[in-house]
Amino acid sequence: MTNMILTAVLVLGLIGIIFAIVLYFVAQKFKVLEDPLIDEIAEVLPGANCGGCGKAGCRAMAEAFVKQGNMEGLSCPAGGEEVAKKVAALLGCTPEVSDPMVAVVRCNGSCANAVSKNNYDGLADCSFANSVYAGESGCVFGCLGLGNCAKACQFGALSMDPETGLPVVDDDKCTACGACVKACPRGIIELRKKGVKNRRVYVACRNKEKGAAARKSCSAACIGCGKCEKTCPFGAIKVENNVAYIDFNLCRLCRKCVAECPTGAIHAVNFPPLPPKKEAPADGAPAPVKAPAPQTAPAQAV
Amino acid sequence: MNLLKISGSPHVHSDESTKKIMWRVNLALIPMLLTGIAFFGLNALLISIVSVACCCLFQWLIEKFIMKVPTTVSDGSAIVTGLLLAFNVPATADMIWLVAIGALVAIGVGKMTFGGLGKNPFNPALVGRVFLLISFPVQMTTWPSVGKWFPMTTDTVSGPTPLGILKEGGNIDLPTLTEMFLGHMGGSLGEVSAIAILIGAIYLLWRKVISWHIPVAFIGTAFIFSGILWLADPSAYTDPITTILTGGIMLGACFMATDMVTSPMAKSGQLIFGVGCGLLTIIIRNWGAYPEGVSFAILLMNAVTPLINRWCKPTRFAC
Amino acid sequence: MKTFKMGGVHPEENKISSNAAIEQMPLPKQVAVLMNQHLGAPATPIVAKGDKVKVGQLIAEAQAFMCANIHSPVSGTVNKIDVCKDIVGLPKTAIYIDVEGDEWMETIDRTPDIKRECSLEPKEIVAKLKEMGIVGLGGATFPAHIKYSVPEGKKAEYLIINAAECEPYLTSDHRVMMEHPEEICIGVSLLRKALGVPTAYIGIESNKPEPIRVMTETAKKFEGIVVEPLVVKYPQGAEKQLINSITGRKVPSGKLPIDVGCVVSNIGTTFAVYEAIQKNKPLIENILTVTGKKLPSQHNYQCRIGITYNDIIRHALGELPENTGKVISGGTMMGKAISNLDAPTTKGASSVLVMDESESRRRPESNCIRCGKCINACPMGLEPYLFSALVKNNRIEEAQAHNILDCIECGCCFFSCPANKPLTDEIRLGKNKVRAMMAAKK
Repeated sequence: MTNMILTAVLVLGLIGIIFAIVLYFVAQKFKVLEDPLIDEIAEVLPGANCGGCGKAGCRAMAEAFVKQGNMEGLSCPAGGEEVAKKVAALLGCTPEVSDPMVAVVRCNGSCANAVSKNNYDGLADCSFANSVYAGESGCVFGCLGLGNCAKACQFGALSMDPETGLPVVDDDKCTACGACVKACPRGIIELRKKGVKNRRVYVACRNKEKGAAARKSCSAACIGCGKCEKTCPFGAIKVENNVAYIDFNLCRLCRKCVAECPTGAIHAVNFPPLPPKKEAPADGAPAPVKAPAPQTAPAQAV
Repeated sequence: MNLLKISGSPHVHSDESTKKIMWRVNLALIPMLLTGIAFFGLNALLISIVSVACCCLFQWLIEKFIMKVPTTVSDGSAIVTGLLLAFNVPATADMIWLVAIGALVAIGVGKMTFGGLGKNPFNPALVGRVFLLISFPVQMTTWPSVGKWFPMTTDTVSGPTPLGILKEGGNIDLPTLTEMFLGHMGGSLGEVSAIAILIGAIYLLWRKVISWHIPVAFIGTAFIFSGILWLADPSAYTDPITTILTGGIMLGACFMATDMVTSPMAKSGQLIFGVGCGLLTIIIRNWGAYPEGVSFAILLMNAVTPLINRWCKPTRFAC
Repeated sequence: MKTFKMGGVHPEENKISSNAAIEQMPLPKQVAVLMNQHLGAPATPIVAKGDKVKVGQLIAEAQAFMCANIHSPVSGTVNKIDVCKDIVGLPKTAIYIDVEGDEWMETIDRTPDIKRECSLEPKEIVAKLKEMGIVGLGGATFPAHIKYSVPEGKKAEYLIINAAECEPYLTSDHRVMMEHPEEICIGVSLLRKALGVPTAYIGIESNKPEPIRVMTETAKKFEGIVVEPLVVKYPQGAEKQLINSITGRKVPSGKLPIDVGCVVSNIGTTFAVYEAIQKNKPLIENILTVTGKKLPSQHNYQCRIGITYNDIIRHALGELPENTGKVISGGTMMGKAISNLDAPTTKGASSVLVMDESESRRRPESNCIRCGKCINACPMGLEPYLFSALVKNNRIEEAQAHNILDCIECGCCFFSCPANKPLTDEIRLGKNKVRAMMAAKK
């Protein structure tokens, strides 16, 4: 009996020792030398792997930080200032903070403005729909409404409004990682400066067709008339290829262009309501009034 | 005028649907239900009704209150599970309520936890059956006797199955081959009649719900393997014909192993799957603790199915 | 009877317009001639606003390698050169011509006589194909002169003429075979001469017994033309499958038919070739089937290219039936759903297929039950269910490793899927993503 116990102990002990030795050598052989700083920085990063920084994920970004030793040219858009400061502290350099940005949907093709002329019945994917046809309203530049941007958003900041069929950005949740910008096959979403008190003025249209053609598919399309370009006191607006674009670095949020736009394609969001001074322009009547409605979210920010 | 619809091609569909497939399987199961009732009387009918009703009820409840998705009971898959579960239990009065527990496990654990039809890795009816077998071994191995044809009721306690007789080493009271073929022997509710199973299987083959690969590989392997053993030592092992006609091999090969969701997709994979089932069944029968091994064999092969799907690819054009 | 071995499905044939003789479509008031109506780069307009043009006059020139000449289908005045939205609403360049009379170029032989002799050398035949703007009329609109210039080091052994017309509903090839068998055989002989191959095989699905009989009889009068009846199985007329059916050869992944010594042309193309070479008539007309199960009448029309779909519908049906759900250009398996009926027809157009609401509705998708029907149906031996999952999870590299690019988009997988999963759509999306990924890597 004792003998048996002794044998068992010996055999098991021996096996244990052999495995321990094998394990030790294997561990030595396959050891990966890694700067512990990478782990620490990766810990600080948001960990959503959104790809907004242009790297494969947060860990890859952490590696890039450590490799470079400073933050020059590298920034985590999702983490913003707070994360930048923490990373800078770990790296021992000055934080690189860029202006806060936010995703902006540059399409006005809601169900009311861009009336459906056909009915999409295929795979619910914008990229696919983009390869199959022009869009329900016939606008080749407008939102297809199938929500690739909302699916791409890691932060729950984008949702499809069932009423308008357009995506809506939640300014508070948006980290400007740019995933939606990449997901949109039509380049409708742009990262723009968040603006003072979240106030922004932008052209909610990308239609490069001539005015008449653009109006045919959408009543609130930019027709490239150039009124806004002439009105803008700061030279922030350029009309190119029949569509106006407001440079957010030059725009001073005066909103003169908004009143001037005949189709209501220019949106001003998060401003206090304008004093009612003149009647609604032309036949695109409801559009300008309605325009700021979808993005009223952060009223408390004012 | 309507708005014109836009979609990618193709613009027509074969009209095949999950629902149609499941109802065809249900139709194919009817001969077995009838023979079950013929041999085991009213109990068989009651067990089947309770099992099907519970499966449908549990699926509806889970979909409605836990998953909060539109119900899919009408696709008939819960009925398939319910019938197969009923066919895999002995037709005794005890089972009328035990089968409800089996239905809960089959639907709840076997199917809905994975996300419903199409996502379950294991055949739900077998999950339920094996749960019952392990939890209620006595009730699950108490077989009603089949003394006379077309009884209205059966004695609750009695007769062993041919496999039980063989496991115990007896060789005397075995039913004749004709009896086995018609199903006049002890066993689970739906597994006894080879002819009913064949009728159902031929219907499914005709409607292209199943292909011949799994049943043929399964039964063929069981036949050949047990044949080799029998030739080596006829006194210790059962002859191959008795082997495939008794127990659940026929039912398992034609209806359980061919379950689309849990079997491989490529033809080569299906052959491997069938061979694996056949080998495991004979191994469990001859060297395992249980007299019957079909359920375990199929469940084990279900577990390997994703791996088989990875290995066995269809032959590509020009390769 | 010959067929391909792997996969395939059998959709309802619905060749309901096969007995309708080809009618002449009247001239519209205006045509819009798209600059890209062939595979490759758009042609360059060589006329300007206000120019007078005649039927058959060259109006746009092929300047790129992969391109084809375009000729005026009508006579009249060039109204404008402007953006024109195609059948799916995408803007393209087009020459708009206001129709005035019907004055043809003098060089075109408009007599009904059949001209059999041809003294042209193979090279001259190919040059003439280019001059006349001939493209493949089987759907891909591949410029014919490129197809028939066999690259250095390759040798054509088989000329295969695709008259399978395996797509449901379409009957334009059927009608051409019935009404112009002699011309087709001359066209085939010309192509055979251009390639220098001994025999040409015309593959016809056996659901067209009359065309098989007519073509077999006519082919007897010609040297080296064999008519091959084929099993009715979709996609019998897909290039790789047809080559496999007739020659037993298999075009490997990523290779062209010429790599196995085959050249495949559509039967409609051979008729166009006859007219171009023997009659000097450029590709300005095509045969269109106007059909639909619920339509009061079925038609086959000879139309000038550039007429709008609305013009065709107005002439054939008056107006679309009230409960029209979908209008398709092409067959039900690979055709394109039309969203813009004001779009003009192009060289490759083959039908206007009208489906009513109930026929065109897609049923809701459910879970994949791993039945493997898509695998059995796939004529390329691929795994559509797997692509569906991989594309959904953006695992594009794996999809590429499983040869997603071999997919010919025939639609058999979606057709046979009991769960109604839009497999073909997902695979197409996956292919686009794979191509984008490959382009990004370069």
